[in-house]
Amino acid sequence: MSLISAERLAVAYGGRQVLFDIDFSIARGEIVTIVGPNGSGKTSLLRALLGVVGPTQGRVTRAPGLRIGYLPQRLHLDPGLPLPVARFLSLPNRQSRAAIAAVLARVGVPDVARQNMATLSGGQFQRVLLARALLASPDILMLDEPTAGLDQPGIAAFYRLIAEMRAELGCAVLSVSHDLHVVMSASDRVICINGHICCEGAPQVVRDAPEYRALFGLGTGGALALYQHSHDHAHGAECTHAPVPEKVDNA
Amino acid sequence: MLDDFMIRATLAGVAVACATGPLGCFVVWRRMAYFGDATAHAAILGVALALAFQISIFIGTMVVALVMAMIVATLAGRGWAMDTTLGVLAHSALAFGLVAVSFLPAVRVDLTAFLFGDILAVSRFDLGVIAAGSGLVLGLMLWRWQALLTATLSEDLAHAAGINPARERMVLTLALAIVVAVALKIVGALLIAAMLIIPAAAARNLARGPEAMAVFAVAIGVVSVVGGLRLSLLQDTPSGPSIVVVAALIFLLATIGATLVQKRLTR
Repeated sequence: MSLISAERLAVAYGGRQVLFDIDFSIARGEIVTIVGPNGSGKTSLLRALLGVVGPTQGRVTRAPGLRIGYLPQRLHLDPGLPLPVARFLSLPNRQSRAAIAAVLARVGVPDVARQNMATLSGGQFQRVLLARALLASPDILMLDEPTAGLDQPGIAAFYRLIAEMRAELGCAVLSVSHDLHVVMSASDRVICINGHICCEGAPQVVRDAPEYRALFGLGTGGALALYQHSHDHAHGAECTHAPVPEKVDNA
Repeated sequence: MLDDFMIRATLAGVAVACATGPLGCFVVWRRMAYFGDATAHAAILGVALALAFQISIFIGTMVVALVMAMIVATLAGRGWAMDTTLGVLAHSALAFGLVAVSFLPAVRVDLTAFLFGDILAVSRFDLGVIAAGSGLVLGLMLWRWQALLTATLSEDLAHAAGINPARERMVLTLALAIVVAVALKIVGALLIAAMLIIPAAAARNLARGPEAMAVFAVAIGVVSVVGGLRLSLLQDTPSGPSIVVVAALIFLLATIGATLVQKRLTR
């Protein structure tokens, strides 16, 4: 059965309809990526699936006892709140010092436990957010533009880490992104939205769909030029995701 | 021992400081300073209504404070510009309260006692109510601490962890109303928000974690109460404002001290 599903979901903010007629479901272990231009309702969909915003129509069903590891797009830290990393990881469930050390080492930032959250770099911050999500032993990781503000190698490394985590935990991954070149190679399924679902399917299917091309255009060379960037990193023995299929030439 | 008015006053002040310490931290973290002000100023209206209907002043102020806090929370939820809205509500509540009090026979109301507190007049019964109210708030804070902190950090993170941020907001609103009711006697309606914010703000300079900040805020509140009462006794100054003056001086020292330490560390 699916972990989270939505039926004919509609969401509105202050009378403005941002999402309508969304049918969605994600199964255990699946990697699904939601892409769409700015203002297309990507984050709203994620928030509706989380239960933060209620649907104006339709419904969202979460599997009973579902454990969600959520990485928000941003986390506004009030300067009035002193928050060491180790304390942050103990929210809302207290964690042992050993568990904190282990998870921080696993995500590649072993030395930050005593540091204040506000002093972390963008890349460290994302990894700490991931560490916190992992401590919940999630059935599903939900990532909202997780690599905003990271540079190219940082993005590639972060997504590699996500892929490793998924392989270890067997959790589903639902991410929202416009980092097309990376997400497309790792996803089982891509959903392209712009208020409603424009098209969905395997990455190649979506990439070639006219609806997708209409949204993202061909002026940049379309997705193909971006897509080739995903070969920037080496596919050595340490690489856990399946080899990226070679460029499909449909010119 | 409780026959001595100074001991009763000190115990009442210490009890309130134990509640305002942790609650004040949330007021600072969630930027609810004006929210606290509006709720506290509404207390005067509560006093007028309580006297008019001859019910307990604790009950009257608590109910009006709670209603005020819920109005503010609702407006905030609808995305009103908060500083303007709260400015309107805070001062209107105070003005309505003062006008309402003027309708009551003058002999029954000593307005300054409600505006600036009357800690030296705390009776045994008052002390009991203040201790119970403060204990209740402290208990609420301890019980909901992890959930409150998570919801304060991010409502989305709270939702993902199965915490309902609206419920945690309600806990804070309720705690605030109780604190307003019990602190009215100590520092008065005009300075209740000061007891929430100043100790917490001073504690921010000293603490490295949220729990430490709450504990420091309690300690600073207690020192302020004891020091303020001492000042009031020796110099015959009004007790409520004296407590806040001591708290403000501690804030100043803590801020200067923290700045100096930071300079030394970065050099």
